[in-house]
Amino acid sequence: MAFFTVNKVAIKGIAAAVPSQIESNWDYDLLTDSEKKLLVKTTGVEERRRAPIGTTTSDLCFVAAQKLMSDLNWQPEEVSALVFVSQSSDYYLPATAIILQDRLGLSKSCLAFDIGLGCSGYVYGLSVLSSILSATGLKKALLMVGDVSTATCSYEDKSTYPLFGDAGTVTALEFSEAAKPMTFNLQSDGSGFEAIIIPHGGIRNRASRASFDKKEIDKGIVRADYNLALNGLEVFNFSIREVPQALKNFMEDTQSNTEDYDYFLMHQANKLMNETIRKKVKFEEAKVPYSMKKFGNTSSASIPLTLVTELREELQSKSLNLLMTGFGVGLSWGVSSIELDCIACPELIEL
Amino acid sequence: MNISEFIEKLEAEFDELEPGTLKPDTNFRDLDEWSSMHALIIIALIDTDYDVTITGDDLSSIETVSELYDIVAQRVA
Repeated sequence: MAFFTVNKVAIKGIAAAVPSQIESNWDYDLLTDSEKKLLVKTTGVEERRRAPIGTTTSDLCFVAAQKLMSDLNWQPEEVSALVFVSQSSDYYLPATAIILQDRLGLSKSCLAFDIGLGCSGYVYGLSVLSSILSATGLKKALLMVGDVSTATCSYEDKSTYPLFGDAGTVTALEFSEAAKPMTFNLQSDGSGFEAIIIPHGGIRNRASRASFDKKEIDKGIVRADYNLALNGLEVFNFSIREVPQALKNFMEDTQSNTEDYDYFLMHQANKLMNETIRKKVKFEEAKVPYSMKKFGNTSSASIPLTLVTELREELQSKSLNLLMTGFGVGLSWGVSSIELDCIACPELIEL
Repeated sequence: MNISEFIEKLEAEFDELEPGTLKPDTNFRDLDEWSSMHALIIIALIDTDYDVTITGDDLSSIETVSELYDIVAQRVA
């Protein structure tokens, strides 16, 4: 069981950037007015940010990292590790983290690599990078997490298009003897790999002309095989079954309960799913912030984006115990508890 | 649990429905504007209120309110 604790690593700051272009689901003209009302009520998503063609996830992460490093007064040569977690990399290859190393002016002695995960990616990425610092004693590291999901959703697919928004984030980690432990439980179920998938463009189904043929899958669902496909019912059932169970196990194993956490941060999947999970683990509403109304499902960026947009003031001035969970594409899910103690948290950047 | 209480809960979730619209023999697919969103709402409601899992396959195998009620009643612990 992948349940473990990482010692001596502190989170020093979190920043997030979104594209300035706002898209409203009230303007999504493939739905009737009552369908729009039902969509907004069920998913909780009213607005999303959309990256223009040419703007990448790494561009969003880059501006967030520049701002955060400047606020923390970190010098580029001090950063010895950079991990980029995303499913929307700049190129098929090389890894985007390496491009970011150079772009941020980091030293050539900085290790850099990508992790290909989505909704569970923040929790996973945090576990990997904090483990590296804890094991090696390397001092400073950047975790860059986000996705431009709008690039791969078909406009004519009402099961994906109104849900996703774009965002890039950065989290600054530092080796520190005094840091409180971070605890993780990470899980996987590859039998559900087709539940959220872009079928074409990898080596299994190489990109070809057929990849761009639009097909009507169902009423209101027209897409090609290079587009994101989402089996909403399957993902919904997976999430309300596995995630509350994982949270209950985590709280049992750590001998904690909902009272011990100041906030419970969930991947921003959709309102109905998240509220079902919240009720099952019995967190009070006031402890569960949401950013999906204004930003939609921002994939791996959703937890740090929610921290920045909903809890910024408190993060800067208080010590907060957080329980977090990411879940989705893979299928992959994880739970983590961390303490954030008066961290740097610049205002949301719009690019 | 009984079916009238079950129907009341369903009607409360589908707030575009007039109370009294749903009957035990109502076919879900005959409702105006029935959509996949309603399937999610039903799954969430039944999971939260009865701790019973309804799958996509369950929903495609049934048509009426009473068939849904029977599945839930059968699985309630």
